[in-house]
Amino acid sequence: MSLWSFANPAKFMKVTAPLVPALSGLSLLLLVIGLVWGFFFTPDDYRQGSTVKIFYLHVPAAMMAINAWGAMLLGSLIWLIRRHHVSALVAKAAAPVGVTMTLIALLTGAIWGQPMWGTWWAWDPRLTSFLILFLFYLGYMALWTAIDDPDTAADLTSILCLVGSVFAVLSRYAVNFWNQGLHQGASLSLDKEKNVADIFFYPVLVTMAGFVLLFLALVLVRTRTEIRLRRLHALQLRERMA
Amino acid sequence: MPDLGKYAFEVTAAYAGSFALLGAIVFASWSRSRKARRDLAAAEGRRRNG
Repeated sequence: MSLWSFANPAKFMKVTAPLVPALSGLSLLLLVIGLVWGFFFTPDDYRQGSTVKIFYLHVPAAMMAINAWGAMLLGSLIWLIRRHHVSALVAKAAAPVGVTMTLIALLTGAIWGQPMWGTWWAWDPRLTSFLILFLFYLGYMALWTAIDDPDTAADLTSILCLVGSVFAVLSRYAVNFWNQGLHQGASLSLDKEKNVADIFFYPVLVTMAGFVLLFLALVLVRTRTEIRLRRLHALQLRERMA
Repeated sequence: MPDLGKYAFEVTAAYAGSFALLGAIVFASWSRSRKARRDLAAAEGRRRNG
């Protein structure tokens, strides 16, 4: 089966119908396991005390904030190149989920930053690029709602998504580009020396998997809703013209 | 409940805020999906019945 067969809305609806409950259930299970493990069964950090427990929400949310934009970029590129409507709708559906993840990352970061850095906010490279990414999410969603013609909206939001991708990349690598600011470098690394201790690493890995599956489940639910709304709009137009 | 020490407020606030936001996006997605499904079923019913 070709990947492009999913460009057919009827096929997409048929294939994704059983995936939604499966992804939702699995994501809930992984989130419960990861968060209970991290919150109740891991020790405090010797420097950060119990605030290290914020790590289990902050890191997965920040990861998904960037990856959601990546998913939108992929959907936008497919729309611009191949004009498949479902891909534009996937990008549209991912934005509210991505903005929620970005908001969680900003909120938990501010709450964590206050006791550790002595401030809720600093114009640090990573924090600032994340704030700009958040504003891009809002602009992207506003643009979708501001334009009546769906194809024009898909075109313009896709271009905005391409531009915003610069900040999605900056959000991830800003700490490496500018070796300054309060935010530390990446907490997770394939290099064992640089990675967090295993006792914190395994529960966050489970939570990250839960966030990924939750994102996929929500994007599928929202894309299916968008497809239904398109069909509803077409039927309502036919009713009016009859 | 683990002893969160002097950072109990920060840790609790971070978890409460995150759960509230996750709950909000899940509820919004679910309720919008339900409404779209209901409205579409009604429109297709009208179409079938002429």
